[in-house]
Amino acid sequence: MEKSAKSELLVAALENGTVIDHIPSDKVFDVVNLLGLTGINTPITIGANLSSKKMGSKGIIKIADKYFTEKECSKLSVIAPNIVLNIIRDYEVVEKKRIAMPDEVRGIVKCGNPKCITNHEPMQTVFDVVDKRNGTLRCRYCNKDIHKGDIKLL
Amino acid sequence: MDQTGRSLISLEGLNREDILWLLGHAAKFEANPNSKILDGKIVATLFFEPSTRTRLSFETAVNRLGGRVIGFSDAATTSSSKGETLKDTIMMVSNYADLIIMRHYLEGAARYASEVSPVPIINAGDGANQHPSQTMLDLYSMLKTQGRLDDLNIYLVGDLKYGRTVHSMLTAMRFFNPTFHFISPDELKMPEEYKEYCRNNGIKFQEHTSLDEETIADADILYMTRVQRERFTDLMEYERVKDMFILRNEMLRSAKPNLKILHPLPRVNEIAQDVDANPHAYYFQQAKNGLFVREALICNALNLLK
Repeated sequence: MEKSAKSELLVAALENGTVIDHIPSDKVFDVVNLLGLTGINTPITIGANLSSKKMGSKGIIKIADKYFTEKECSKLSVIAPNIVLNIIRDYEVVEKKRIAMPDEVRGIVKCGNPKCITNHEPMQTVFDVVDKRNGTLRCRYCNKDIHKGDIKLL
Repeated sequence: MDQTGRSLISLEGLNREDILWLLGHAAKFEANPNSKILDGKIVATLFFEPSTRTRLSFETAVNRLGGRVIGFSDAATTSSSKGETLKDTIMMVSNYADLIIMRHYLEGAARYASEVSPVPIINAGDGANQHPSQTMLDLYSMLKTQGRLDDLNIYLVGDLKYGRTVHSMLTAMRFFNPTFHFISPDELKMPEEYKEYCRNNGIKFQEHTSLDEETIADADILYMTRVQRERFTDLMEYERVKDMFILRNEMLRSAKPNLKILHPLPRVNEIAQDVDANPHAYYFQQAKNGLFVREALICNALNLLK
């Protein structure tokens, strides 16, 4: 707790809400988009390029008065599997949620195969997570694999 | 079967019994290829990408069983050239037909069509992805000529990197304890992911870099594919290897008596013309087997097989 307290001092403490921690610095705005934070009216603090002992550099997002469902959280696993969600109630961390990789990923990731039907029809993409440890996705339509580093969001 | 309804999108969801059951029905159709089992049925053949051979084979199958065919053989003449989505085309055609057989240049098109269509879909090829009726006719040809699918020595020759038929064959044969031999130029080697698939499924394989009399002497099946010029990034390499993977009649001197040579066709020059008269050559009969296999697949999709 000691080490994260320092970086959290950079932004206001949260009474109630969610603190999303350990976001890779270059994924901060992907998290904003995936959780639809641009459509939320409560105060949001976004920190990027903060120093982290574990990661070197990390991002943090604090969202007041907002909690996320398992389904919303699992979306984040495709871009950053090590993200931690701290659930805050009355200034206290009451729960630390780690993200579980789902079995399938719908409507979030773009298929990397330019000849895949999903890139030509107005339809949802669906991927099966074929390797949870390495974050490998397989397109249910064209059967091509996407590896973690190559994942692009829609 | 993981297929949507009775659609046939890939062979992935079929097990050993499913495959043998379908091939058994193909044999019945070979014994009796003409009937009225499809009387009153309308089958649509939607070929968004031209393919004369596959389309004629499917349409002949429908006609020989007394059904009627509607469709197109060139998407340029259809409303998809006006920007209609695949979904809309499929919804429209499914109002008219009992079954849709489609080929599309985009990968995954058939699976998507099967999700939106109220009538079954048979995939007649979706880009470089799947072509299940071709694999079934390859299996039928092996079963018919060898009397079994189990424990065969199968030699795959040519373009093993991009060749869709050779990849589907690996998957479909995993139930039958085959030994594969991969013979290809270095640039067109069997991709690592398929070799990994073989290892994970206990499929034995060996790799070779030359096609000669000695290498193929132990083959039950020699499956030839075309080495295409456009697949090479280095055209010097193409010029160097293009003649090394041509099957010539004299290479068959030490062949086992039961050896059969298969090829998905069209052939260009990878099998010399003098092989055609050799009793080991089987590629034209193989294409004919496609008719019986497709009769079985069509009737299965319409739930007409007992």
